Amino acid sequence: MAVTHEYAIQELSLNLGIQPEEMDTFPGGVLIKCPQPRLRELITTFARCEKARLSSVICTDDRKESGSFGLRYLFSMGWQGIYVCFETAVPQETPVFESVARVVPAASRFEREISEFFGLKAEGNPDDRGLILHEDWPAACHPLRKDFEQGTRPPRNPDGRFEFTRVEGEGVFEIPVGPVHAGIIEPGHFRFSVAGEPIINLEIRLGFVHKGIEKLAEGKALTEALPLCERISGDASFSHALAYCQAAEMLTGAQVPARAKHLRVIFAELERLYNHMGDLGGIATDVAFAFASMQYLRLRELTLRQNGELCGHRLLRGTLVPGGMALDITPDQTASLVKFTDGMMTELDQLQSLMLETDSLMDRVENTGRTFRKTVEDLGGVGPVARACGIDQDLRRDLPYAAYSGLQFSIALQEEGDVASRMRVKMAEAKESLSLIRQAVISLPEGPVAGKLPPASDGKCAIGWVESSRGEIVHFLRAGKDGRIDRLKIKSPSFVNWPLLGFAVRGDIVPDFPLDNKSFNLSYSGNDR
Amino acid sequence: MFSIIKKNLSTGFPAIEVGPEPGDSVELMGEALAAKLKALGGGRSLHVREVDAGSCNGCEIEITGLSTPHYDIERFGVHFVASPRHADVLLVTGPVTRQMEAALIKTYEAAPEPRIVIACGDCAINCGVYAGSYAVSGRVEDFLPVHVKIKGCPPNPELLLKAFAAAASLLK
Repeated sequence: MAVTHEYAIQELSLNLGIQPEEMDTFPGGVLIKCPQPRLRELITTFARCEKARLSSVICTDDRKESGSFGLRYLFSMGWQGIYVCFETAVPQETPVFESVARVVPAASRFEREISEFFGLKAEGNPDDRGLILHEDWPAACHPLRKDFEQGTRPPRNPDGRFEFTRVEGEGVFEIPVGPVHAGIIEPGHFRFSVAGEPIINLEIRLGFVHKGIEKLAEGKALTEALPLCERISGDASFSHALAYCQAAEMLTGAQVPARAKHLRVIFAELERLYNHMGDLGGIATDVAFAFASMQYLRLRELTLRQNGELCGHRLLRGTLVPGGMALDITPDQTASLVKFTDGMMTELDQLQSLMLETDSLMDRVENTGRTFRKTVEDLGGVGPVARACGIDQDLRRDLPYAAYSGLQFSIALQEEGDVASRMRVKMAEAKESLSLIRQAVISLPEGPVAGKLPPASDGKCAIGWVESSRGEIVHFLRAGKDGRIDRLKIKSPSFVNWPLLGFAVRGDIVPDFPLDNKSFNLSYSGNDR
Repeated sequence: MFSIIKKNLSTGFPAIEVGPEPGDSVELMGEALAAKLKALGGGRSLHVREVDAGSCNGCEIEITGLSTPHYDIERFGVHFVASPRHADVLLVTGPVTRQMEAALIKTYEAAPEPRIVIACGDCAINCGVYAGSYAVSGRVEDFLPVHVKIKGCPPNPELLLKAFAAAASLLK
């Protein structure tokens, strides 16, 4: 990894016109510190000449230490195997920073979030409305500032307003849907503007399940925050916990034993497997193909049961600890896992041909819910949504963690970006997951499953990343007093993928929306946190 | 006299608590549930409206699982409905977040009597890991009268069936 860093530093220094001495490294990437006025200029140059995707924007309240707010733009340069982080400070006297959203559109939502949670104004952001906190939240109250006491319940502001994007014209009308939906899903509000059946615009308003997880983590010891991270998004319990553990390990320099790394692959792939099966079943449900739907959901249940047998929890909670794994698996369990993967592979193959050969299904999914590669790139889309329109990115290969670097797998790519492409990507990935589980089980090394977790030093920062079933998860962690958490910033893949759904449905008819939605299958809780 | 009535009204009723026991099985729980519904006469069934008041979606994974082939909960007479107006039971998951509070109360008000409320999962019962957050308004109990509580994070499908049986026993 060191070699890559050196190469990247040279290239960045050439392209951005800054001295290599101005750059620093951190585990996983390169750090560029610059004063506020230069940040926008640097990022503009960077976005123009590097093939990078905005992963996250992280704000920290450092007023006590330095009288300013810290602002970090974290980019992923997957093809080079590194993250690049631009860091600057925003003085507390003038809590305003220059937005980069016009150069890097993906930054817009992150900056809106920072505006409401830290009270910093993003000047030049084309969208300055609230994002997560609703209109009745008092405007002068910023929950992630350090002087906002945990547990404060500010009074509701009855005069707050949120302006939805309006589409005007003859025959145009709005369909409001939610927050409580017809199915058993999470709450969110969808505002469709339609003319007859085709959708002209869809605005997605979330935040209903905002639980203040980032604030709750502050002040907790590294091991204490784990149950919280397992509950950021239930269906990504393991992936979020893994991203958190990896950040904690980077922070403390803990060594994870080889056996634990293999076990992490097994559990992470089991999670991807049951999610993809659920999504494929959901797609079949939404085109009224009940048979295939029930088949996929049957397989999902079998996978959940396999999880339960392995670790005692169907959603894989309680399996991780920072520094390794909380449990080991027995030789009997490894044997049953191999049997499980063999049986599942046959079933998935059969179902895949069944789905792809059913014309009534394919007719509904092809050309439905198209996202264009450019849109996805601009908005920093991740996971199967990005891979379905030909963007070749997967952190398991690009920035390998756990035991992925020693395992063989291919990355499923499609070109069209429609529901059919996302469906095909998920079908292929589910099978790759089975193959990965099998490889990891067969090559499972002997030895301990957890190492020691050294204490974290005050003020140190680290990131942990995971390719979950929905795409890139990044946890940014900064240690504070006594090695307790000073700041945890959670980037969930749903946060960047939700706006893409709004683009995908344009031109589709309203009845196609559930299908589009299911093919994205985004987490509301992960987005709102 | 008044103090007796006051105490009576303010105490409310203790909710039925449902937790795991050895010997729980889908078939057993399901049959008990079906028997309770049958005893009501008139070919009754239980219509359930699920409301996520702030969950992490873990509970939803198990609840949607009930309609899959291994459980096929409709054979026991339980039906998930799309509107609170059709519901006998509200199955509420998650801590009640500040931003879902109003929607939860409106959903409850839209449901017809007897409006049985099941608090599903540890978060619904005591806010779970989210207790004490600025964004969490409280437990389901703090906003609605709760009749049945299901422990677990998330509760297993067997427990959900058990809770539906408890809810059915409250129907008249």
